[in-house]
Parts: sequence; C-alpha cells; structure tokens
Amino acid sequence: MTTETTETPARIGRLEGSALNGVLVREFINYSSFWRSSAFSSIVEPVIYLLAFGFGLGALVQDVGSFSYLEFVATGTVGMAVLYSSAFPAMFGTFVKYKFQRTYDAILAAPVDSEEVVTAEALWLGARTGIYGCAPVIVAMFFGLDPSWGMFALPVICFIGGLGWALFGIMVSATLDSIDNFSYVMSGILTPLMLTGGTFFPIEQLPEWARAAAQLNPLYHCVELIRSAVFGWEGMSDLGHAGFLLVWAFVLWRIAIRQMTKRLVD
Amino acid sequence: MSATASPTVSATAAIELRGVVKRFGDLTAVDHLDLHVPEGTCVGLLGPNGAGKSTTMRMLTAQAIADEGELTVLGRTLPGDSKQARAECGVVPQLDNLDVTLTVEQNLYVFSCLYRIPRRERRAAVERALGIARLADRRDAKVDKLSGGMRRRLLIARALVHQPRLVLLDEPTVGLDPQVRQELWALIDGLRSEGVSILMSTHYIEEAERLCDTVTIMSKGRAVANGVPHELVRAHAGEQAWEVYGPPAMLEEVEQLAAREGRPSRRTGTAVAVLGGDAPPVGFESQTQPRLANLEDVFVLLTGEDIG
Repeated sequence: MTTETTETPARIGRLEGSALNGVLVREFINYSSFWRSSAFSSIVEPVIYLLAFGFGLGALVQDVGSFSYLEFVATGTVGMAVLYSSAFPAMFGTFVKYKFQRTYDAILAAPVDSEEVVTAEALWLGARTGIYGCAPVIVAMFFGLDPSWGMFALPVICFIGGLGWALFGIMVSATLDSIDNFSYVMSGILTPLMLTGGTFFPIEQLPEWARAAAQLNPLYHCVELIRSAVFGWEGMSDLGHAGFLLVWAFVLWRIAIRQMTKRLVD
Repeated sequence: MSATASPTVSATAAIELRGVVKRFGDLTAVDHLDLHVPEGTCVGLLGPNGAGKSTTMRMLTAQAIADEGELTVLGRTLPGDSKQARAECGVVPQLDNLDVTLTVEQNLYVFSCLYRIPRRERRAAVERALGIARLADRRDAKVDKLSGGMRRRLLIARALVHQPRLVLLDEPTVGLDPQVRQELWALIDGLRSEGVSILMSTHYIEEAERLCDTVTIMSKGRAVANGVPHELVRAHAGEQAWEVYGPPAMLEEVEQLAAREGRPSRRTGTAVAVLGGDAPPVGFESQTQPRLANLEDVFVLLTGEDIG
C-alpha cells in the first residue's frame, strides 16, 4: 500500500469566519422557528412599558431636564429593550444549549472552538438587539417623537450595548450551576441596573453615591448614547460612553470565553 | 494492509494514543492508555460503564484534555492541532444532541456549514446524508417527531455529512431494540468497507465481534488486552466453554474442581462456565452443555468484572 505523506498541516487560526458562520447559521435557522415569540417579548414588552410610563407617569410629569417625558421615556425604553433582549436570552438560551440540549457538545466536535461559539452567539444576540432596540422609538414617533438623522445610529448603539449584555448573560450562564440561581442575577443585578440607568427617571434624582455608581452601569452609558443619537450628539462625553461600552464588552468577551471553556472542556 | 500495532507513530495510523492519563480530581478515568487505530480499520473499545471509554472519546476531539501522554489523530497532535483533525472526523455521541426543534434536513444543513462544506456542495452533501439515514421522505419532519431508531440514524448521518476519514462512535446502538441495532451495524459495516477508519466504543460484545477488526478491552481506565476478537478469545479463553447447570451448592463444587484442574471459570447467572480444556468437568458431564468461548468470557477473565 502506498501511503501519501500527509501535507504539513497548516495551522487553522482562531476566530475563523467559517466557524463563526456555522454557529450563526444554526442560530438563524433556529430563529426562523421561534422568531414570533422572541420578537413579541422583545418588542411588545418595551412598548408596553413605553405606553404605561408615557401615559401613566407622563400625565404627572411634563418635562425631565430639557426633554419632554415622552422623549425621555422613549429613549429610556430603548435601553431597557437592549438589556432585556440580550442578557435574558443569553442567560437562558446558553444554559439550555449546553446543559439540556448539549448543542455545544455537538458543535465542539466539529472544527469549532469554544471561543468561536461564544463570539458567534454574542454577535447574533447583538445583531438581534440592534433591531429590537429600535422598536420603542418607532412606536414613540406615532405619539409625537420627532424623527432625527441620529436615529439611524440606534441599531449600531443597540448592537454594541447588546453585545456586552449578551456576553454578560453567557458568562452568568457558564458560571452558575443551576437555572434557579439566575433569579439572584435578575433581581439582584439586572433589575437594579435597569432602574438606575436613567431609563425611566433621571439619575440626577438619586443620592450622590448612587449617581457615582451609575457611572459604572453600562446601561447608563448606553442610554446616554441613545439620547445623544436621537436628540443631538455631545462630542467627547459620547465618545466616553461609547468607549465604556466597548471596553466593557471586550472584557466580558474574554471572561465569558474563559468561563464557557471551563464549562465545556474537561 | 497490515494491522499490526507499530510502536512508532506512522502515517497510516488514524489514531495513536500513548500513555494517556486523564484525571477528574481523585478519580483516574483513563490510566496510561495506549491505543492504535490503523487507517481503514474498525477498532472497538470494549468495557463496562465507567471504564473510561467516553472520556477517551472526548479526548480525541479535545473536549477533554489529557493530563499526560501523547495523542495523535489523523496525523495531528492534540490538543494543539485538534481543530484540523476534527475537520476530517465525524463524531457520533452517546447522548443524542440533535436540534429537536429543527427538521431532519435543517439539522444536516447546519452541520454541512459547521464542517465547512463549500456552499455549492452543501445541497448534495445533505442529500447524500439523507440517503445514508434513509430519511429522505422525512426530510421536513421535526426531529422530536422521529422514532428512536430514526434519530440515531440521523445522528450518524450528521457525522458523515462531510465524508470524514475517521468516525468516532460512542456506544452507537445503546438503548435500541435488536432490529434497529442490526440496521445500524449494516450502516457501520458499509462505512468500513469504504475505507473509513472507525473507533467505536461499546459494551455489547456481539457488536464488537461483528464489526471490529481489533478490539481493545478497557477496565478502570486501562487497556487490559487488545487484538483480533477471535484470537483474543483463543488466547485467553480457549475454543470451548462448558456450561454446567445446577443448584448453587453444585456450582460451587464445579468451581472448585475447575480451580484444581487449573481451568478458569466464571458464573453466568444459573450456571458456571468452565473454560479451556477439551472435555467437560469430570463428573458433571450430564449437566454440561458445550458452547464456543466468546469475548465476554475473555473480558470477565481479564477484568473480573461483568460487562453491560
């Protein structure tokens, strides 16, 4: 028998397009079977918040700083939509995929590494969030929110914010042993961050320590950036917000990969 | 082609493991394992649950990282170059991890992407895999509507969508009824005849005897024997086994007699099987039925454990 000498193996790199593509295709095909429920919760829920706060609290509150309450709440609700449509599906979806469906076991047997799984999943959720996040603004326009060119930046801002929160969710999912423990994260971390991120009331109302703490709240920076996009850019401070979101997403990216690798590879 | 194990890593080895150790805390799941799968052959990993078969399988795809030892798969050194090896490997896991909310065809399509089949060849690859699974007429069925046997066929076809050179099957027929099992044996045998290298873990003796060119018997993480099934049987258990049926007290007598004659014996339910020799145990001829010795006898003799 003649044996062909195997050609010197070219080292396949990290974060390859074809590996990311494979994971994204899987997500996309899966999404086609449940997009209705996903879009419903991610779009309708913020819109309900928008209407409830807009009509309920809006009857009592005329203006918040330089904004009308509608303007304030519409943009704040975008922030909430970003958080809810990325962190929650990342936490639950990731957990179900590695624990109950063993999907990641199947994927890692193919030429895909855990780094690529995490990256592709976060990109997918970020992209979805980029679209879902725009819904409250579109609805608010029917109630009198003035359109602006900056609104075209919203998908990008929501994408970046969604990326970070998705990675946060993946990290939580890869770290906690039981889905029951997610309650601690949701009630103890996400809800407080959502309420103190300048979404439904301005952080200027908060005590000084809480205002300082808000500077570390990624949602606060996301909401500030959303308001700047819709109502007018503010130069350096916007760059600061964007920089915070990017650094935050990058750090969580590395942590999420480390945790997920620990979880998936014995 | 020669199937003799060579001590050096050769270009014709699909899998070569040397001195591989894997520990989980205090438990040593795989304990200095050597394993050789020549290209184009089917090798069986035989052992009871907990022998380290699944851990070994996971190490071959770098889903578990060995603590010690050398692993080579399709000429690539693991874990560093595992990704290239995985690109040419098909893996059938013990636990079904199909996407249950997707259709048969969608499951195959996703894996045609994950295995990097060029876009224009994907359709043909999916069709071929549908043919292997014999599920072409169920292509639009959701996986959770399939029977257990169909799911297992799909699981195997999914691992073959990219025409791998090496297929890893972890307990491919566990939990299936005999008829489905035989269908899958035909499928695996077909792969072997096409020249695909196969490593298959199993705790079904018959499966190993029928499908495998050589088997490695594992116990407590170690390889206790390896070779061609019938040669292993002859070497360790002889040609013939004598099964003596009777009440427990009598079976004990038979065991003592066998021990005095230097013949190995083992309990099999209500009987004692006495191995070796060309005559039944003296004095128990009328209670004895001869049968051919088998791999299970070898296994029990070598490990003192029951399989399955």
